[in-house]
Amino acid sequence: MLRFIVRRLLETIPVLFIIITATFFMVRFVPGGPFDGEKATTPEIKRNLEAYYGLNLPLHRQYLNYLDSILIHGDLGRSTKYANRTVNEIIADKLPASIELGLLSLTIALVFGLTAGILAAVKRNSFIDHAASSFAMIGICVPTFVLGPLLVLGLAIHLGWFSASGWYNWQDRILPSLTLGVVYAAYIARLTRGGMLEVLNQDYIRTARAKGASELRIIFRHALRGGLLPVVSYLGPAIAGILTGSFVIETIFQIPGLGREFVNSAFNRDYTLVLGTVILYAVLIVTLNLVVDVVQVWLNPKLKFE
Amino acid sequence: MLSPSPEKLLSTEAAALQLEQGISPWRNAWHRLSRNKPAVFGGAMLIILAVLCAIGPWVMHNDYQSQNLYNTFAPPSTAHWMGTDQLGRDLFARLLYGGRISIMVGLVATSVALTIGVTYGAIAGFFGGKLDAVMMRIVDILYALPFTIFVILLMVFFGRNIFLLFFAIGAVEWLTMARIVRSQIMAIKRMEYIEAARSLGFGRRRIIFRHMIPNILGPIIVYTTLTIPAVMLLEAFLSFLGLGVQPPMSSWGVLIKDGAERMEEYPWLLIFPGSVFSLTLFSLNFLGDGLRDALDVQSSKD
Repeated sequence: MLRFIVRRLLETIPVLFIIITATFFMVRFVPGGPFDGEKATTPEIKRNLEAYYGLNLPLHRQYLNYLDSILIHGDLGRSTKYANRTVNEIIADKLPASIELGLLSLTIALVFGLTAGILAAVKRNSFIDHAASSFAMIGICVPTFVLGPLLVLGLAIHLGWFSASGWYNWQDRILPSLTLGVVYAAYIARLTRGGMLEVLNQDYIRTARAKGASELRIIFRHALRGGLLPVVSYLGPAIAGILTGSFVIETIFQIPGLGREFVNSAFNRDYTLVLGTVILYAVLIVTLNLVVDVVQVWLNPKLKFE
Repeated sequence: MLSPSPEKLLSTEAAALQLEQGISPWRNAWHRLSRNKPAVFGGAMLIILAVLCAIGPWVMHNDYQSQNLYNTFAPPSTAHWMGTDQLGRDLFARLLYGGRISIMVGLVATSVALTIGVTYGAIAGFFGGKLDAVMMRIVDILYALPFTIFVILLMVFFGRNIFLLFFAIGAVEWLTMARIVRSQIMAIKRMEYIEAARSLGFGRRRIIFRHMIPNILGPIIVYTTLTIPAVMLLEAFLSFLGLGVQPPMSSWGVLIKDGAERMEEYPWLLIFPGSVFSLTLFSLNFLGDGLRDALDVQSSKD
C-alpha cells in the first residue's frame, strides 16, 4: 500500500509541473497584456509597471523566477490588477467560501445519492426505485444554471424562505449547495443502484442470507463495500466538477468565493491571479484524485496490480 | 425453476427466428428500440425540435433580431407565444434561432470529439503493448485535469470565436470515447476475421477503419448520443458565464443567462429557454439509454 501511494505521489509531480508550465506560457503568449486596459498608460508608466512585475526580463528568466518563487517560497506573486494585494492574500480571502460550498455540496450529493441509490437497489422495481430513477434523471438533465435561478425564483422571491443572494448566515448556504449538489447526487444514485444490484446477485450475498444474516446486516456489512466501488471511482470527476461548477453557482448566488474571482481575473487578464488560481485548482484536484485512488485500492486490493 | 421463464423463452424464440429468417442485428436493435417508450419519446421530441429550429425561423412572421422598443418585456400572448425580451424581440423566434446554434455546437463539437477519440482509442487498442500503456496513461492523466478551466482561459484569451469553441469543447470530451473504443478494439483484435484480413495482406489502416470500426459501431453510436448532451451542457455553461456564443448570435445558454438576470419581474424569459434546453437534454439521454439497451452495449464504468 505504501509503495502504491509513493508511486502515485511521484507520478503527480510531472503532472503538476506540466500544468504550471503550460499555463505560464499560455498566459504569456496571449494577445493583450494586463496593462492594456481602457485607461491610456504612458510608455514610461508601462515600463515601470513591467519592471515592477519582472515582465521586462527575458521569458526564460521570468519562468525560472516564477518557479523559484512558488516552489521555494510558496509565493504566488502580486496581482497585476490590484497592485497592493498579493495572490496569496486574495486566495486566503476567497477560498474559504468556495471550500465550504464544495464540502456542503459534496455532503448533500453523497447523503441523497447513496440513500436513494441503496433504497432503489434493495427495493428494485418498487415505487421507490422508479421515484429515485426519475429524480436522478431530473438531476442529470436540468443544468445547475437553470435549477439555481428557478429555486431562487420559487423559494426565495415568491415564498421568501431564503434570501436570493449573499453568503452571511446558514440559510444562505442551503440553496447554493443544494443546487450544486443535486447533479452529483443524481449520478451517485444511479451508480450506487447499479453497483448494489450487481453485488446483491453475487453468491456470497446468498451465502450470508442462508446463514441467517439480517437484511440490514447484509446491505451494510456485505454488499456496500463492493457496491460502492463505482461511486468511489466517480468521486474524482465529481470533485473536479463541483470545483468548476462553483464558478456558475458563485455567480448566480453572489458568493464571494474563488470561482467567481477566477472568472473575473481571466476577464481582467490578471496574469498572476489566473496562474495562481489555476495552480491551486490543479493541486487540489490532483491531490483529491490521489486520495480517491488510495480509497479505491483500499476497498478493492486487486486494483493495486493494474 | 425447471422451465425457463417466459422472457427467456421469448428471447430464445426471437433468437431462433433471427437465425431462420436472417433478421440483421440492426433490424433487431431497431425493433427493440421502437418498443422502448422513453427512447421513442426522446427521438420524436428531438426530431420535432430539430425541424422547428431548422424551418421555424423561415416561416415565422416574427424575426429573431427585429426590435420593437414599444413592446419590451411583453408577457406571452397570441402574437408572441413566449413573450418578448428587453429589446422587444420575440422570444419564441430567438429560442428557435438559438436552438440552431446550440444544436450545431452539439453536433460539430461531438464530431471533433468522436474523430479524436475513435482514432486515438483504435490506435492504442490495435497496437497494444508499450504504446497502449503510454497512450492510456496520458488519458488517465488528462482525466484528472481541470479541463473546464483551460477552456475558460482559451475562450477569454483568444477571443470568443465560435470555431474555437467547437474545438475547445471537442478537445475536452474525447477521453471517454477513446477508452471505450480501445477496450472494444482489444476485444475483437484476436478474432478470426481480423486474422483473415491480416493474412490477405491488408494494411493496418485498412484493417482498423474498414474491418474493426464498423464492427464496434454499436458502442460508438451509444456514446456519441450521450456525448451530445454533455457538449451542449458545456457550451451553455460557457455561454452562461459570458464566454460562449456572442451577440448578435444567441444560443440556449445565452437566453438562459439573459433570462436569469431578469427573472424576478419577467420569469418567462427564464422558464421557456430553461425548459426547452432541459427537455432536449432529457430526450438525448433517454434516446442514448434506449440505444444502449437496444444495441446491447454493456455500461462501462467511465
